Amino acid sequence: MQEKVSMSDQKQNNNTLIVSASPHIRDMESIPTIMWAVVLSLIPAGIAGVFTFGFYCLYVVFLSCITAVITEVFILRLRKLPVLSALKDGSAVVTGILLAYTLPPSVPWYIPVVGSFFAVAIAKHAFGGLGNNIWNPALAARAFLQVAYPAVINSDWRTLTQHGIHKLVHNITQVDAEGKLVDAITRATPLAKEAGAETYRLTQLLMGNVPGCIGETSAIALLLGGIFLIYKRHIKWYVPAYYIAAVFIMVLILPPQVATPWIKNPFYHIFAGGLFLGAFFMSTDMVTSPLTKRGLIIFAIGCGILTALIRFYSGYPEGVCYSILLMNTATPLIDRFTKPRLYGTGGKKA
Amino acid sequence: MTTLVKSKLKTFIGGIHPEDDGKLLTKGKKEASAPLPKVVYLFMSQHIGAPCKPVVKKGDMVKKGQLIGEAQGFVSANVHASVSGKVVDVAPWPHPITGIKSPAVIIERTEDDSWIEGVNEDFDIDHISPDEIKQRIQSAGIVGLGGATFPTHVKLTPPKDRVIDTVVMNGAECEPYLTCDYRLMLDKPHEIIQGLKFVMKCLGCKKAHIGIETNKEDVYTLFKDILSNEPQIKIDLMEVKYPQGAEHQLIKALLNREFKPTQLPLEVGAIVINVGTAFAVYEAVKFKRPLIERLVTVTGNGVENPQNFLVRLGTPIKQLLEEAKAAADANKVIFGGPMMGIAQGNADAAVTVKGTGGILVLKDARQWQSHACIRCGRCIDACPYGLNPSELSITCEAKEFNLAVENNVMECKECGCCSFICPAKRPIVHFIKFAKAEIAKQRVKV
Repeated sequence: MQEKVSMSDQKQNNNTLIVSASPHIRDMESIPTIMWAVVLSLIPAGIAGVFTFGFYCLYVVFLSCITAVITEVFILRLRKLPVLSALKDGSAVVTGILLAYTLPPSVPWYIPVVGSFFAVAIAKHAFGGLGNNIWNPALAARAFLQVAYPAVINSDWRTLTQHGIHKLVHNITQVDAEGKLVDAITRATPLAKEAGAETYRLTQLLMGNVPGCIGETSAIALLLGGIFLIYKRHIKWYVPAYYIAAVFIMVLILPPQVATPWIKNPFYHIFAGGLFLGAFFMSTDMVTSPLTKRGLIIFAIGCGILTALIRFYSGYPEGVCYSILLMNTATPLIDRFTKPRLYGTGGKKA
Repeated sequence: MTTLVKSKLKTFIGGIHPEDDGKLLTKGKKEASAPLPKVVYLFMSQHIGAPCKPVVKKGDMVKKGQLIGEAQGFVSANVHASVSGKVVDVAPWPHPITGIKSPAVIIERTEDDSWIEGVNEDFDIDHISPDEIKQRIQSAGIVGLGGATFPTHVKLTPPKDRVIDTVVMNGAECEPYLTCDYRLMLDKPHEIIQGLKFVMKCLGCKKAHIGIETNKEDVYTLFKDILSNEPQIKIDLMEVKYPQGAEHQLIKALLNREFKPTQLPLEVGAIVINVGTAFAVYEAVKFKRPLIERLVTVTGNGVENPQNFLVRLGTPIKQLLEEAKAAADANKVIFGGPMMGIAQGNADAAVTVKGTGGILVLKDARQWQSHACIRCGRCIDACPYGLNPSELSITCEAKEFNLAVENNVMECKECGCCSFICPAKRPIVHFIKFAKAEIAKQRVKV
């Protein structure tokens, strides 16, 4: 029964045959092919971000990724694990990109660096590495940054100029009533509930030329990436579908506390903020979501309900991050109650 | 395929679609006779159940078809000499399936290749009684030739309170690379159908249902023509999907009946026989020929000349590999198909047994580096038995056997869908096989 361990590229002696348990053929998909496909699918959203907020975004994404990779190497060394194969699987890069996408375009350089380090070292490796982490590393890091650097993360979009990098920002966005260019970045996000906050047109929300985090504003770009992943079967269509549908329905049902013009507009809610980024790329994180279809649907609906509740009744404008983290926490519980049905024991297969 | 709407095809839930260009290697290869072996090694255990007792001893002369191993108990199957010659030894030999040395009768062939008296005559089959059919099947030592090697006469003896209403014949051949059943169906359709009718008569069964995967549409049309006046035997095309030919999946696809993985098809009033078995039944009932040879697909990228050989049982595969021009740098030799076959450690000692439908020779066979489970859930979608392979692989790896039993590890049929689909390349089936063996050991102790 012992499976011989040998490297794949090792030449076999003529007389030695490999003895291993069946099956002797494997599917082409592997962790690297999945992860790099996710990286590919995130590119449109990144391009949209750069287009909206300028090239500084690219710098943030780069810093985030490079920190994630360096941290990964460092921790793997520390844990005495093979470095190269783990690095090739691309999971660190995915975490890096996802974290950067959840940051405001104007963040100072140390925010992605600290966040990325936290994501890989604490949220991922401290729990056992890829496959064993409880929370989505990028979201856990985003939540950490929100607590550690509230001033930078929470809607103080003016920090950009304070850090003297405004020259890097190529702004293509808004024209105000007098016809003057308005710096989109310095304005409140579409979901801000404060009085006087602006309402945006749905087409703007779709295209992404609205204030927000780097990778979350363009619903179309995110959808493009999401459809690619669904087509490649790396994510299941019903997770984003149930998530977005749940938000849509909750918006119709819930009585709002504040009276912004868009608060009861379900289309506004699903296109604004980080819902598409969360629904297609974060709630679909396989490691931190349930295993079965039934479990995933419960998970997605839970995410949707929590997102709407946070958006309606909490001090935060946005609820995607915390709703997914909370449902990540509930994943083992959901798994326990949604075990697949043993074949031949009645009912439909889960 | 063009004329058929895909949704009309019968199938089951779960399973996988391995890319299969492998079948093309031997699809067009007609039955080829392998040269007769000089020495044959006939194991006393080539079936599920009690091993046979050797009834010959060193120095005896035996004739082709002579009984050399007597079945011990009901769940057991006779073994016959596959060549005429001299018994040079009755000794343990490494068994290709279990990997353990087990008793074998070793016969050195002499020139004479004639049958022993009393077999190989054309018998009248029109008035044969069901009991006579069963008796001939039992004495011919027929077992399930799809690979499970369950003694066929046991299948034909359902408990008294069970009614078998349908005989299901498996023409799916869902294992990639293998084409021996396909060739048999193309070349011997009448014999196979006659064998199926014997089984129906034996059970007093009025209905039969044949399932064939769409990649064998020529077989489907051939059978459809032959069966045009036989409404009691239905035939259906099924989706090409692994494991379409497994009992549970076949019965689900054709009869839409479900039963637990550890239960037998008779639970839902059906029995399943493989086309190869049906052919062997025909030979046994019509000619009283014992099971001494079968078709074996020798294929894979490690052989230059892939073939469907008609092979005497107990033939050293070394000879077949030479015949098929196996590459010197081939690094994996598998008994059976790529999904459930057994990798051989020593190709020089391996000999064919009743269940050997294929020998797959691979060069550049890979060993995959496995990773922690990333909980993608693909194995759960693929598992045709509704297990949670992800969790099982983790619990079995950690040797948490009680937890594994709680999660139905003993219900696993080791079809390999989970390991195949796993992007983390976890050897899930390996862990499960290990756990099942350990659990069985513990149970024996208690």
